[in-house]
Amino acid sequence: MTRRFSWFNATSLTLGFTFLYLPMLILIIYSFNASKLVTVWAGFSTKWYGELLHNEAFLDAAWVTLKVAVLSSTFATVLGTMAAYVMVRGGRFRGRTLFSGMIYAPLVMPEVITGLSLLLLFIAIGLDRGVVTIVLAHTTFSMCYVSVVVSSRLVTFDRSLEEAALDLGCSPFDAFKSVTLPIIAPAVISGWLLAFTLSLDDLVIASFTSGPSSTTLPIKIFSAVRLGVSPEINALSTIMIAIVAIGVITASLVSKQAIARRQNEEQKALKQ
Amino acid sequence: MNVRRLFLIFVPYLWLLALFLVPFLIVLKIALSDGALAIPPYIPTLDFSNGWEGIKTFFAGLDMENFIFLTEDELYWRAYLSSLQIAAISTAITLLVGYPIAYGMAKAPDEWRPTLMMLVILPFWTSFLIRVYSWMGILSQEGFLNQFLLWTGIINDPLTILNTNTAVYIGIVYTYLPFMILPIYAAIEKLDESLLEAAEDLGCSRMQAFWLVTIPLSKSGIIAGCFLVFIPALGEFVIPSVLGGSKTLMIGKVLWEEFFSNRDWPVASAVAVILLLILVIPIILFQRNEQKQRESEG
Amino acid sequence: MFKHGDFMAHSSSTSTFAPWEDSEQKPLIQFKNVTKRFGSFTAIDNLNLDIFEQEFFALLGPSGCGKTTLMRMLAGFESATEGTILLDGQDMAPVPPNKRAVNMMFQSYALFPHLTVADNVAFGLKRSDMPKSEIEGRVDEMLRLVRLEKFATRKPHQISGGQRQRVALARSLAKAPKLLLLDEPLGALDKKLRQDTQFELMDIQEKTGTTFVIVTHDQEEAMTVASRVAVMDEGRLVQVDTPARIYENPNSVYVADFIGDVNIIEGNASNKGDGLVEINWAEGQPAIQGTATNAVQDGTRVTFAIRPEKVSITQERVSDKANCIEGKVLDIAYLGNISTYHVELPSGHVIKAQAANNRRLARRSFTWEDAVWLSFTDTAGIVLSDNAGG
Repeated sequence: MTRRFSWFNATSLTLGFTFLYLPMLILIIYSFNASKLVTVWAGFSTKWYGELLHNEAFLDAAWVTLKVAVLSSTFATVLGTMAAYVMVRGGRFRGRTLFSGMIYAPLVMPEVITGLSLLLLFIAIGLDRGVVTIVLAHTTFSMCYVSVVVSSRLVTFDRSLEEAALDLGCSPFDAFKSVTLPIIAPAVISGWLLAFTLSLDDLVIASFTSGPSSTTLPIKIFSAVRLGVSPEINALSTIMIAIVAIGVITASLVSKQAIARRQNEEQKALKQ
Repeated sequence: MNVRRLFLIFVPYLWLLALFLVPFLIVLKIALSDGALAIPPYIPTLDFSNGWEGIKTFFAGLDMENFIFLTEDELYWRAYLSSLQIAAISTAITLLVGYPIAYGMAKAPDEWRPTLMMLVILPFWTSFLIRVYSWMGILSQEGFLNQFLLWTGIINDPLTILNTNTAVYIGIVYTYLPFMILPIYAAIEKLDESLLEAAEDLGCSRMQAFWLVTIPLSKSGIIAGCFLVFIPALGEFVIPSVLGGSKTLMIGKVLWEEFFSNRDWPVASAVAVILLLILVIPIILFQRNEQKQRESEG
Repeated sequence: MFKHGDFMAHSSSTSTFAPWEDSEQKPLIQFKNVTKRFGSFTAIDNLNLDIFEQEFFALLGPSGCGKTTLMRMLAGFESATEGTILLDGQDMAPVPPNKRAVNMMFQSYALFPHLTVADNVAFGLKRSDMPKSEIEGRVDEMLRLVRLEKFATRKPHQISGGQRQRVALARSLAKAPKLLLLDEPLGALDKKLRQDTQFELMDIQEKTGTTFVIVTHDQEEAMTVASRVAVMDEGRLVQVDTPARIYENPNSVYVADFIGDVNIIEGNASNKGDGLVEINWAEGQPAIQGTATNAVQDGTRVTFAIRPEKVSITQERVSDKANCIEGKVLDIAYLGNISTYHVELPSGHVIKAQAANNRRLARRSFTWEDAVWLSFTDTAGIVLSDNAGG
């Protein structure tokens, strides 16, 4: 069925997407503004990007953020995949309700509470705040997101594939490694990416759990933003938006192509 | 039960117990303690060196004093109420803005839909903080919105929007819009076109068919979307502190200030406990809605 | 529609193969008082069954009758709540699925989507003690067996449904299991392909000499491929027998009704000697003469079952058959090669009779509302008492 946009739908979509994208677009444009005054255009310049590259504090924070994000998303992916497997395939065990509750609760828990409670824990056990505590905190909340992503894939996973592997002589672990994991790999990867961006973006939990020597980029941006709009922050934001946009668009194009190729091959197979 | 299965269950289980449940119990405990000029800044602390006596004195030292304090101080009452009000109003606005977009997406030509979908999801992946920040330049006194309105002649003096509740509403609607659009889109997209044709065939006008068929059948999406906006908006911290002003009272911000500025850990913990108690209701309602939807889908 | 000839051809070619009649033969598989419960639901109810080497054994029944559970217990995915399952005399309970000399062909085929056809077939071999150098040869051999040599490097989504089915078969046969389980193996194929594949399955079974146990809800398929068929209902075996005997001598109304089309008439029995039984079934109607497989008591309530193709339909009364009843044509189902006539008797019963259409349609002799005579011999139908077969 071929459909066209009705004028009403076209209008609401245009207005809606303008609302969603105009603020970011303005921010990007004005990051190339020569003037220090952020709302007055004074010609094109990339000087704020240059200054950003020489700002040690920002570079340090970026490095800390990246370290935390890579570590926590990796741990979160391992733990989250395990948790998803337990939820979908673990059968019944004592304390299953509590387990699933603890997996879903962090998704709806206000960040201020998660941050506060983790900080109080770290103080109670006498763990000095730094990169380690942020990684622990980020791993905890992002493993829940990973587990949701992975378990939604596992639910649709044809269980007979695992049974076939067992039937053909695999041990349960071998079956997971050589059949389940390769097939759910796309979900595991998107779980990792989600955990990575969550960690990259997080301000509140990091503020609670970071120490003086481990300021992350969002904390840095937040303290700068409270003083008002600055062209340097605009430039930094633009870089971050660009990285995400390139990543997301590439990923969707790649998966779109893969789907198209697959459909094409399936069509051919049917005609044989 | 084999060792591998135990290992598989225990590792994530213990992790969540240690880093989710235990911290929360600590918050609960501190909420029942009293503030003190000490390190850590509250009493009593659990002291096992005195054996059973120590534990008894510890429990004897716990009380509801902080909660009583919260009910007596008007600030907290107003903060909870104003959080609820801000979350509710912005959820309603998000629904009004989001529904036409979701509807337009669902009715868009097939080849357009993946692109539109990606355009809605893209902001998800973009930094929350940056998206909130992007409105500062627009809403400020000399910002783009005021420049535009002055230029068109609608107003003669710049409006004060930034650092008011209006800015907070805009911020919440903007950042949580995708959460509203996606479930509604999913609900409308599933809707069988022939139902609308049947309604028109039976004498409905287009508008009537929309009210009598589309809206009721997208109800579960609307409910899901509203909760997905309302629940996180209630505990929001970043938006009120970046876009809101000193008069903007939201409980997330109060908690933050109580903890970092006043260093009153017991009161901050009590604030957190009550916030959670308030959140339990919408969370349970949301779960019910999801459950019902899953059941109706078989 | 069920075609009689399909299984007759097969059963005659293997007429000498009947290990179940030989008390010397040791069964390959033995179910001894096996019960399986899921919570309060009993899927398998105290079941005993022997399956012999080289058999092509079909488990037939409606969905939920326990046939799949029975098969999954053989594969090791379910364990019996009570009773024992022996394979070659050895108790299977403690053996996990990956250590059993049993392989399974899954209903969904369960082909690994990330592996090529050849890697799918090699999957089990790589996990056996077969030397690496021999694996390739074995994979080639299996692919030749199912005529897929050319598709070795394709992925499962790059081949057709029928080809996938054959890859699944090759994969499950590659390890040369003692027993191959087939779970609705042809369910996903269209009718034409299914019929061709049935013969191919029989061919491969004969070539490899493997014992096959097939689960199916399609009676025609079970009758075509199997040397013996077990008809199941609610976790119990109703009848285990050769296809011909299941069709001609069903032991219960359930089996008679499940396999093919059947007319059922209830009445009171009276013995006439030599296994002949007279059934009084309606006032003012002549008693039906039938043959009983089990002895029936005079005056008991029995069921008379007769296949529509054994009922002749004529315009005139015939005198050479033991039973002849008058009625009128209510409905005609024209099926091409045959027609089924629904004939209403004065008692209100409707009896189906089948006649081959060896004349052209225009010259067909009966039409709606015609008065006709139905006739059948005293051995055409069978008399079932309700306690038989259970």
